[in-house]
Amino acid sequence: MVTEKPPRTARLATAGARVVVASRFGSRPARDRVSSALFLALLLLGMAVALAALAALLSWSVIEGAARFDGNLFTEGPSTLRPETAGFRPAILGSLYVVGGVIVLVVPLGVGAAIYLEEYANPGRWWNRLIELNIQNLAGVPSIVFGILGLGFIVRGPLSLGQVAAAGSVTLAIMLLPTVIIAAREAIRAVPQAIREGALALGATKWQTISRQVLPASISGILTGVILAVARAIGEAAPLLLLGAVTFVRFDPQFFEGGFTTLPVQIFDYARRAQTEFHELAAAGVLVMILLVLVMNSFAIWLRNRYEQKW
Amino acid sequence: MTVTRLAATSPGPDRTRSRLVAASPRYGERLIVGLLGLCGLVAVAATVAIVLALALPAVDFFREVSPVEFLTGRTWSAGFTDAEYGVLPLVVATLQVVCWSLLVGIPVGLLSAIYLSEYAPERLRRLVKPLLEMLAGIPTVAIGLFGFLFLIPLAKDLLPFAPWTGTYSIGVAGVAVGLLTVPIIASVSDDAIRAVPRSLREGAYALGANKLRVSTRVVFPAAISGIVASIVLAASRAVGETMVVLLIAGANPKLTFNPFDSALPMTAYIGSTATGEIAAGTVQYNTIFAVGSLLFVMTLAMNLLAIRLVRRFRQVY
Amino acid sequence: MSSKKWWSVIGAGLLVVSLAACGDDDDAAAGGDRGGGEELSGTITIDGSSTVAPLSEAAAELFMEEHPGVQITVATSGTGGGFERFCNGETDISDASRAIEEDEVAACESGGVEWEEITVANDALSVLVHPDNPINCLTIEQLNAIWGPDSTIANWREIPGLEGQFDEQLVLYGPGTDSGTFGYFTEAVNGEEGAQRTDYENIGENDNQGIQGVQGTPGGMFYVGFSFYLENQDSVKALQIDGGDGCVPPAADTVLDGSYTPLGRQLYIYPSAEALQRPEVQAFVRFYVENAATIAEERGFIGLTAEQTADAQQKIDSLLG
Repeated sequence: MVTEKPPRTARLATAGARVVVASRFGSRPARDRVSSALFLALLLLGMAVALAALAALLSWSVIEGAARFDGNLFTEGPSTLRPETAGFRPAILGSLYVVGGVIVLVVPLGVGAAIYLEEYANPGRWWNRLIELNIQNLAGVPSIVFGILGLGFIVRGPLSLGQVAAAGSVTLAIMLLPTVIIAAREAIRAVPQAIREGALALGATKWQTISRQVLPASISGILTGVILAVARAIGEAAPLLLLGAVTFVRFDPQFFEGGFTTLPVQIFDYARRAQTEFHELAAAGVLVMILLVLVMNSFAIWLRNRYEQKW
Repeated sequence: MTVTRLAATSPGPDRTRSRLVAASPRYGERLIVGLLGLCGLVAVAATVAIVLALALPAVDFFREVSPVEFLTGRTWSAGFTDAEYGVLPLVVATLQVVCWSLLVGIPVGLLSAIYLSEYAPERLRRLVKPLLEMLAGIPTVAIGLFGFLFLIPLAKDLLPFAPWTGTYSIGVAGVAVGLLTVPIIASVSDDAIRAVPRSLREGAYALGANKLRVSTRVVFPAAISGIVASIVLAASRAVGETMVVLLIAGANPKLTFNPFDSALPMTAYIGSTATGEIAAGTVQYNTIFAVGSLLFVMTLAMNLLAIRLVRRFRQVY
Repeated sequence: MSSKKWWSVIGAGLLVVSLAACGDDDDAAAGGDRGGGEELSGTITIDGSSTVAPLSEAAAELFMEEHPGVQITVATSGTGGGFERFCNGETDISDASRAIEEDEVAACESGGVEWEEITVANDALSVLVHPDNPINCLTIEQLNAIWGPDSTIANWREIPGLEGQFDEQLVLYGPGTDSGTFGYFTEAVNGEEGAQRTDYENIGENDNQGIQGVQGTPGGMFYVGFSFYLENQDSVKALQIDGGDGCVPPAADTVLDGSYTPLGRQLYIYPSAEALQRPEVQAFVRFYVENAATIAEERGFIGLTAEQTADAQQKIDSLLG
């Protein structure tokens, strides 16, 4: 028999649903609304501070450095006599050489290690776990300790390269190896197993599978990692200080001989001088470096987005 | 049934062999594995080299200076007649840097992480997250210069009556290092928060909680080990930062808890003493390695702790 | 993405880098032809005092303009550090803001390094303070009271003789123990080289950092070579020093006539006999000595007296014939 009122259970259910909906979407107790709004404001404030700091940093370097941002920066060397026309040329060349050396060293070693760890290594074996542990530890070592390593083993000691750009390359390469290995591992891991199995099923050897199928498929991820490592290499100064990146270098550097300096080290030297012309020069150098690093990071992100394979 | 019987009788690889074996031993393949394994060993070799480079001169140092004096002495005056080698002033300066950097990094980083993972619409998140990562990519010399030429005068304008002692300040150095730690905390915490499964959140909403309560009472505690890991990683970064403190913190190795003072953190000591070449073998030279060993041990401990915490939060879910 | 495209990108990048590198070499080579008739080439390594370094840098810069094939690097490990490297055979010329010491002479002997001492400039070791500091003059005894190894003075009003004149926290900036300036100052003021209080801002060899320090610290004090004072005259103030005969300001004339005592000193370069056998080093040292006056003036150093110049010329002539 259907009465005019809905059954009791249905009434209770709708009443309960109404309460829940009202409490969720409708008028909530004022205390809740205020605290929620405050919390959201706090979160936005936190993020605003972070973004404001970034904006302050970028705009400060543009404002301070734009005055001296001219052709002389790239064509002139450092000068204690005429700071108005001084530039960063030997430092920029030194940076190019050092970074070039880093790429030559870190790509084969890093990608090789990543391939080994992902494709060949049995994670149960203790020596493979040791390698993984070492990579994770190396990633967290302060950069100046790598400078100590360079001073003890590369400039003097077994390698005895002397205070040259090549020593800087080797030191930075060791420092950035974990970055590249980790990025390469992620890229290789992302390649689906089906690709490998298909190649093996068609009769390819393991190495053929890797070199012709897996590596090309993961190249964009690997490249992203290398570019990020290079961007870091451009900005590193601390280890190179210990390698005697001589700060007064007026001539174009060479790779295996002679003194060298790099852009961040030269900026550091100018920053510690007392005259304001050198501070402006340092700020201009900072602008150059930030632009370089931004371009590289954006390129890496674009690369990752454009060539990311969706399996 | 017909299919399987057909498959069983169709010609194929010799079934008597237990697995596929190549016709030739494939020495090339083995050589390649060997080469690749060597690449992996470079990481181990690097660690061994670091330990050796630090430990050997440090041992020489500790033959001349007792470890007790080193670890508990309160005066650092290396290189002077009647030199004293108490490392506490350097350690306290480093801890000040860590403290002030975390004071800046934790609120800003954590709040940003919570906003980006819980509240932000997808488009905003895709815009802001790379911006925060950009902060991580800025070279430290730039941040040091920014701190020295902009932050210190700003701080002196904002707090003119504070007990400043000169042009340099360890507190401002800490704040500048904080700028570097914000992206670390934001990014790792963001990962940790996003790793919390939706079911937890949905359960809370279903029980009538509002967004604030869900974020603070449910998600945050669930992600706590990842968040703590991010803080430990940030602290480790702050301990190891060199260029920023070299430019801002000053050079006075005195034991001070006053952030407006100048002080000398461990990394700055190494960075300013080891430039150029110093005569190897002297006690003063070996202080670089003694302090470097201490630095290495501290960051190693922090990193191991952080790795363990990260592993825990990744495994739980 | 086709591999061909990747290779072309990489190839283009390599091409750009190598062009940049090659381009500079061409400039350098072309410049070498342009310069003075002789084509000098080689590397000269200079290290040592941070006080003398600006002078050597200026000399190197001017010399390299005429002889671009010669590459000169100037490092600042401090007078002491410079001598260590020098006696090890690692550098060609050592800059020094104090004379070589006995133990360094012995070290050079055992390292088989013969050297020559050439005065290239005079210097007024200046004591700098903040421009708003009302104190104008300090005696050597007062300096000793401030900087002595047992000193605990923390405020300007505690300095004997200055009670109540200036109430400001005393912040001391000074060079590191490898610095010749440190050695000279401690010997002249505290009577013993290396004897000094240790709670000061140790700026190592970064004299500019000390200048920066004094610029921003009302109660700051820093001692440094004269050229650094001249460069920053508008933002720091030099104290007059009373060596027993009244207050004397640091200046070229007061150093040259000997009235700025005991903080007037000579600055030296020490080329090694072995390096002097190379033509480019010979040319550079001769250039340095012959142009010492001009370089000193341009760079803010105090030039040599006529007697010192004649002495140096004589040495060069006898060495190089």
